[in-house]
Amino acid sequence: MTKSTDHPVSTSRRTALKTLGAVGAAATLPLWSRYAQAQTSEPIRIGFQKHATGIGAAYGRWYERTTDAAVAKINAEGGINGRMVELVTEDDGTDPKRGAEVLEKFANQSKCDVAFGTLYSHVVIGSAPRAAELKLPYFVVSEGHHVASGILNRWTVQPGITDVKSQVQAMAPFVSKTLGKKVTMIYPDFAFGYDHRDNFSAAMKAQGGEVLEMIAVPPTETSFTKYFPKIPRDTEVLYHVMVGPAVLTFVKELGEFFGPNRPELFGFIDSLEAVDMASPGLEFLEGTYFWEGMPRYLQPDTPDYVKTYRDAVGIDANGASVNDAKDVSTAAHMFGCWETLHVIKAGMEASGYVGPKDRQKLIEAVEAMSVMPAGLAHPQGGKLFNGKTHQVFGPQYISQVENGKLVVKHTAAITDTLYADEVDYTAQSF
Amino acid sequence: MSRIVALHLGLVALLLALNFLLPAYTHGNIARIMVLAVYAIGYNIAFGYTGLLSLGHAMFFAAGMYGTGLILRFSELSALPAWGVGLACGAGLALAVGLLALRTAGVAFMIVTLMFSQAVYLIILYFGAFTRGDEGFVIEAADRMIWGLDLGQPQVRYLAAWALFSVVLLISLRLVRRPAGRVFVAIRENELRARLLGYDTFRYKLLALVISGTISAASGGAYALLFGYAGASFATVQYSIFPLLWVLLGGAGTVLGPFLGTLFMFYLIDIASGLTEAYMLIAGLALIGLTLFAPQGIAGVIRARLWKDLP
Repeated sequence: MTKSTDHPVSTSRRTALKTLGAVGAAATLPLWSRYAQAQTSEPIRIGFQKHATGIGAAYGRWYERTTDAAVAKINAEGGINGRMVELVTEDDGTDPKRGAEVLEKFANQSKCDVAFGTLYSHVVIGSAPRAAELKLPYFVVSEGHHVASGILNRWTVQPGITDVKSQVQAMAPFVSKTLGKKVTMIYPDFAFGYDHRDNFSAAMKAQGGEVLEMIAVPPTETSFTKYFPKIPRDTEVLYHVMVGPAVLTFVKELGEFFGPNRPELFGFIDSLEAVDMASPGLEFLEGTYFWEGMPRYLQPDTPDYVKTYRDAVGIDANGASVNDAKDVSTAAHMFGCWETLHVIKAGMEASGYVGPKDRQKLIEAVEAMSVMPAGLAHPQGGKLFNGKTHQVFGPQYISQVENGKLVVKHTAAITDTLYADEVDYTAQSF
Repeated sequence: MSRIVALHLGLVALLLALNFLLPAYTHGNIARIMVLAVYAIGYNIAFGYTGLLSLGHAMFFAAGMYGTGLILRFSELSALPAWGVGLACGAGLALAVGLLALRTAGVAFMIVTLMFSQAVYLIILYFGAFTRGDEGFVIEAADRMIWGLDLGQPQVRYLAAWALFSVVLLISLRLVRRPAGRVFVAIRENELRARLLGYDTFRYKLLALVISGTISAASGGAYALLFGYAGASFATVQYSIFPLLWVLLGGAGTVLGPFLGTLFMFYLIDIASGLTEAYMLIAGLALIGLTLFAPQGIAGVIRARLWKDLP
C-alpha cells in the first residue's frame, strides 16, 4: 500500500485533458459493463426446500428458523463474495413429487444459484435426479445414508450433517462397554428403521456384542404392548428408534410392561425431536440414554460459539423457543442448516462464484474441502468432509435423562464414525 | 374430419407447438402435467364414463412405476420393454382386482379398492430389500434411454410425454365414441337397464377397469422413466385421491376434462404456494367454489352451455 503524497498537485493542461478524457470514456461505457456491475451486486439466491406441510412439518419449522438465523448472520458479516444472500423458500409438502417440482422452480423460475435444506430421505431421493439434470447444486440436510451410499449424483452433497450409518456405528462402542452386550432392537418397519437395524447390529458384532432380537413395528401401529413379550428375558439393552406421533404411547406402554425392572434403554432422539421431555408418560425415560446430533439442553461446558449459535436461532437453555417454552426445537438436526449454509459460503468464496455458470466450480470447491474446525461456522463440532462420498463426518453425543433433562455423558470421536468409501462421486462427470 | 376430432387434434398440435415456445419452467411443468393427465384419463374411463368410483387407483399407477423401475433395476432390459412390463403389471393387477372388487358396488367398491391399494402399498414396504421401501430408488440416467435418446433431456422428456398423452387422449376419444364406450355410459347411468338390454355389465365393467388400470400404469411407468424416481409415496391413498380431484375439476365423463383438471390443479397449488404457506386453504376454497358453482367441472360446463356434443 502506498501513502498519499503531501505535495500539492498542480493541474496541468495535460492532466486536465486526461481527466476529461477519462470522464468521457466512463460516460460512454458500453452497456455490458453496467450489466456486469448489476450482476455482481445481485443477491445470491438460495432455494430452501422446506417441509412446511406433511410429516416433516415440525422439522421444517425449525429448519427455517435456523436457516433464517444463519442467513441473517452471513449477511451481517458482508454476505458471500460481497453479495447479500436471499432465501427463496418453497414448501415441498414432504413429498418427493413436489420436491422435484420445487427444484425445477428454483432452477428455472426463481433463478436460484443453489438448492438446500431437504431432510426426509424420500424427498431427497425423489428430487436428486432432477438436481443433476438441472445441474443445480443440491445441498441436503438429511442425515440419510443415501448420499454416501452412492445412489445419488455429483450435484447432491451433504456437508452439514452426519449420516445415520456413521451415527449408529459410533454408538456401538459406548453401548457395549457401558450398558451391556446383549441388545434387543425395536425399530419402525421402514427404511429409517432398517438403517439402524443393519448398521447397529453389524457394529455391535464388531464390538463383541450381539443383537438377540430385532423387532420391526409397522409404521401404522398405534399400540405396542403385543410386541414387548418378544423381548428376550436376558436382554441387557433395549435399543429403540420409534418415530412419529405414537412415540408417547410407545414409551408409556414400555413403562407399564417393565415397571421398575427394566433393562438399560438406549434410543435415538429422533423419537423425541420437538417433543417436550416433560410430557406426561415420559417419566419412564429417566436414567435412560439417547443419541443426540447436538445437545438440546445447554450443558455446563458449552463453548461460547455454541451459545452464540443458540441465541441467534432463538432457543433457551432447555432447547425450546425463547418465545414459547412449549415449542421444543429439533436441536439434534437443525444445526445442519446453519453449517451447510456456511459451507455454501465457503465454497462460493473459494471458487470465486459469480453466477450459475460457476455451479460446477462450486461443487468442485466443496469436494476439495476436508477439515472443518469447530467454531461459529460449525457449532456442532469440528468435522471432516469426504469429497469423494460428498458426506461430512463429525462428533456424536450420548446423553442421559437426568431430572427430565438430557445431560451429555459421552462424545464419540470422529474416528468412531468413519467407514470405508462406498462411492467416488468425483469420478463421475458433471 | 368432425369438429370434435379437430378440437382434440388441435389440443395435441397446440401442445406440440408449445414445446418450442415455452420458457424452461413452464416447459417442464407441462411435460409433468401431460404425464399426470394420462393417469387422470385412465381414472376417467372407470369413474367418469363407467361410474366406478375407485379410491385405490394409486395401486395401478404404482404397478406401472414399480413394474418399470424394478425391471430396470434388476434386469438388463432397456427402458421401452421395461415400460411394457409396467403396463402388463397394471393390466394384470386391474384384472385381478376387478374380478374380486367388481362383485361389490357403490360404497363397498370404494372401500374394497381402497383396501387393495393399501395392501399394494404395504407390499412395497414389506419387500423393502427390492423396492427400498418408503425411500424409493433412483432410476439411473443410463437406464432412461429410448433409441439413444436421453429421457432426462428437457426436449426429449417433453416430446415423450406429449407422444404418450396424445396417443392416450386419442384412444380415449375413440373408445368413448365406440359401442363399448356407449355401454360404459349406459352402465354409469343405469346398470340395471343396461343389463336388461342384454349387456353383460360385469364384463364391461371389468373391461373398463382393465383399460383404466393399464392407462394409469402407463402414466406411472412414464413418470419413473421421465423423472427418474420410483417411491412408495406414489402408492399412498393421497395419489388415489388426486386423479379423482383432477377428473372432478376438469369434468368427469369428458375426454378433455382430465387434462384441464390436472392443469388447473397443478397451477392452483403452484401459484398459491408462492403467495402463502396456507396454500392448501386456497386450493380447498377453490375446490369448494368449483363444486358449488360448476359441479360438472370445467369441460362439463362447456358441454352444458356451449357444446352439447362434446364427448
